Amino acid sequence: MSLAALAAVAVALPVVGGLVVLALGKWPNAREAATLVTSTALFLVVWSMLGPVRAGTVEGLTLVEVVPGVTLGLQVEPLGLLFALVASFLWIVTTVYSIGYMRGHHEKNQTRFYFFFAVSIAAAMGAAFSANLFTLFAFYEVLTLCTFPLVTHHGTEEARKAGRVYLGILLTTSIAFQLLAIIWTWQLAGTVDFRVGGILAGRASRGVLGALLVLFVFGVGKAAVMPFHRWLPAAMVAPTPVSALLHAVAVVKTGVFAILKISVYVFGIDLVRTLPTTPWLLWVAAATIILASLIAFTKDNLKARLAYSTISQLSYIVLGALLANPYGIIGGGMHIAMHAFGKITLFFAAGAVLVAAHETEISSMHGLGRSMPFTFGAFFVGSLSIIGLPPAGGAWSKWFLGLGTLEAGQLGLLAMLMVSSLLSLVYLLEVPIRAFFSKPPPNAHVHEGIHEAPWPSVVALLITAAATVGLFLHPEPFHELMLLVVGR
Amino acid sequence: MISENLPVLQVVVPLLMAPVAVLVRRPRWSWLVATAAAFWAFAVAVTLLSRVLAHGAIDYEIGGWPAPWGIAYRIDEVNAFVLVIVSTIAAVVLPYAKKSVEREVEEDRLPLFYTALTLCMTGLLGITVTGDVFNVFVFLEISSLSAYALIALGQDRRALTASYQYLIMGSIGATFIVIGIGLMYVMTGTLNMADLAQRLPGVAASRTIPVAFGFLAVGISLKLALFPLHLWLPNAYASAPSTVTAFIASTATKVAVYMLLRFFFTIFGAAFSFDVMHLDRILMPLALVAIITMSLSAIYQRNAKRLLAYSSVAQIGYMVLGISFASVFGVAAGILHLFNHALMKGALFMAMGCVMYRVGSTRVDAMSGLGRTMPFTMAAFVLGGFSLIGVPLTVGFISKWYLVRAALEQGMWPVAVVVLIGSLLAVIYVWKVVEVAYFRPAPEDHGIQEAPLAMLIPTWILVLANLWFGIDAKLTSGVAIRAAQTLLGVGR
Repeated sequence: MSLAALAAVAVALPVVGGLVVLALGKWPNAREAATLVTSTALFLVVWSMLGPVRAGTVEGLTLVEVVPGVTLGLQVEPLGLLFALVASFLWIVTTVYSIGYMRGHHEKNQTRFYFFFAVSIAAAMGAAFSANLFTLFAFYEVLTLCTFPLVTHHGTEEARKAGRVYLGILLTTSIAFQLLAIIWTWQLAGTVDFRVGGILAGRASRGVLGALLVLFVFGVGKAAVMPFHRWLPAAMVAPTPVSALLHAVAVVKTGVFAILKISVYVFGIDLVRTLPTTPWLLWVAAATIILASLIAFTKDNLKARLAYSTISQLSYIVLGALLANPYGIIGGGMHIAMHAFGKITLFFAAGAVLVAAHETEISSMHGLGRSMPFTFGAFFVGSLSIIGLPPAGGAWSKWFLGLGTLEAGQLGLLAMLMVSSLLSLVYLLEVPIRAFFSKPPPNAHVHEGIHEAPWPSVVALLITAAATVGLFLHPEPFHELMLLVVGR
Repeated sequence: MISENLPVLQVVVPLLMAPVAVLVRRPRWSWLVATAAAFWAFAVAVTLLSRVLAHGAIDYEIGGWPAPWGIAYRIDEVNAFVLVIVSTIAAVVLPYAKKSVEREVEEDRLPLFYTALTLCMTGLLGITVTGDVFNVFVFLEISSLSAYALIALGQDRRALTASYQYLIMGSIGATFIVIGIGLMYVMTGTLNMADLAQRLPGVAASRTIPVAFGFLAVGISLKLALFPLHLWLPNAYASAPSTVTAFIASTATKVAVYMLLRFFFTIFGAAFSFDVMHLDRILMPLALVAIITMSLSAIYQRNAKRLLAYSSVAQIGYMVLGISFASVFGVAAGILHLFNHALMKGALFMAMGCVMYRVGSTRVDAMSGLGRTMPFTMAAFVLGGFSLIGVPLTVGFISKWYLVRAALEQGMWPVAVVVLIGSLLAVIYVWKVVEVAYFRPAPEDHGIQEAPLAMLIPTWILVLANLWFGIDAKLTSGVAIRAAQTLLGVGR
């Protein structure tokens, strides 16, 4: 089968799997087996593209011409493949995790949950393999709408309010800014295709193109660049597997992926570097990195702290895209993968603590490490990856991002990155340290008879934690894909 | 023979079926007659459109009398497309009507109801097909009078005042239009559209023609419910039987927009209308105000049908906005939105009809828990709502895509921003209903079931059309662009 046809299969497969899940709704075991089979098959499909793409093949496919000159089309290229690989692999792990979590936590409406989860993955695959801005936008919006029932899964007043914030910010930014920018691009360039070297160079004055870049960066609300970040903490009201795969990987990475893609294939990095608004946007990203880290400090709720940490880390990737030199792009792309593995581990651990000990606040996790050593051990490893320390994969992406700032001569930005790493060192490692070493305050609630979470959940978080270490030793696949993106 | 005379058969057959519908006396038979008329109209309209697309405009002389004396019909891309819109909606709404009106209209009035509905469709088709301005007025009266009767058949007594209000406003509009036509006739001595287009430039310098222009502009704006002449619309849509609302909301204002296009582009000519009379300077601000204020009003409605009615006034703003650009992309966006909006509002009002059928009310508060009890109806509403918002892969997106492009093309980016803000306001009013239906638990002892299939299937046909023409819009956008080129008289 050709590469492009495989991409079409990758988009269709989760939808088919989702329909099977709906049909099997009455038999939980069969339903979850269907999800597992679908996710594994999806990963194999995406994996099979790796060989040809590493050999330099790029292939496209037009599904349908929507209006003359604008198509719904798929394209397999290295950056999209990187994102698809990460998302599809982590879907398998998350499915395993969900089986333990959803049952252990006695969640309702699990069939609906697995169905929308599968459709969301399909939308993420569509975004990853999109051949033009229109297709990317279409899947971006589908992803927003399909994740809404997941965010509001519990159906409570709190969930409803969070859903409003979620939908409000994501739809507002995408319709008011991103769609405007896309149609404007179409009008200026006569096309919305992703092309090597970009399509906008020389099509309008630098001022207009600079304004367009601003519209794109803020219009992709899923990248959570401040001040359009509030939806991400709001989304934490969802069940933990949703926070883990969608709001640490699929949804947010669709955002930063879109910005990388726009920087490389719509503007072209040579153009981005020269635009008058780029320096301002770089500092907006840097400010997001620092401010989100500082806010993370103030959060005692573990998932909220992780959400702000994600906001901060996403802006690393935005920063890489806007540095617009090869190191920045390589670092940004690799950070999509490295952050994904690290952060999903942290969310898995947070969910495991919730299921096993019914705790959500960091201050009350004292001493839990002794009864849940695997969970907090994995949390520690995942934290290392987010901070960017060896022996975890995050070290590589931060290394390249640092090189990117140096190449751009932005020592100030480098300093910001370092400060942020130090901040994350403190706010993340506080959790395992408290769990393993701190003694409960004298009159506090004492944890007794607590065991690890159900075994599928523990297995899942051990796999992702091991993967972060594995990626430190072998970052090559991702690194090579990114080299292809920057044409080296 | 039938094939040659299709343009007139488009109107005459439904016109003759209308009295048959009342003469057969049994509601079931009346319904069958009316449905047959709608299917006939649909088949003819599709044939005519494909013929126009393949061979160009069709001229037809009624009774073989040549143009200045007889009535001429002329079908080009513009009205062929509108014919398809009107007859498609009729063909989808009539199968749906049976169940819905059985519940909402008294049984002894049903034959009359189907007659009025058929007459209303006939009138709308007649306005669209004819090439004679007085004929336009005649058909306008046929469609309007039957519409007043249809609205008055609504369940509660407010329908009577709504119908009366529409009657007064509509009659003022029709009077203004006939005055405009009369003034043009005085100056040119012809009622044929093609002749008028030829002779008007010679007398345009007189004071009479601008006055005729003014009367027509106001009269047509009343009919199409352009802000601030929209006051009749929300009451009429909210009180009419569900079937009537679905039909009229998707067709009547669309045909009025068609009249706007025909009078100001074909008869007066774009140059006179926009360069001399500066029609755009009045249409564009009103359209923008309509988009914003009417969307805001929709947010504050408590009845879902009223909410959708206000949304319709806002959506009419989009169509008029596109037309006011007087560019190929702009006019095409307006025409495209005619079609697209008919699909989305048809689907939404039909979903509301399903709710009415089971719940007996379309108050937003009464819809709690319907996400569970009527999953297919509410899913139709959600998808129709997505289309209204303009989510990609729905027809609403295609309209916005062209409209924003048309605004940017002229460097009017603030106008583009207003269009997109209108979308965001649509999110708010659509979500208002969605939240109640999906997040509020159903009252305990209601026993509400899903709507009958006879209503769900037509509703879903329109919903799927919303998706189909949103994913593959080559046909609709191609026709719209050609229609815009015809109206503006620019090359192919």
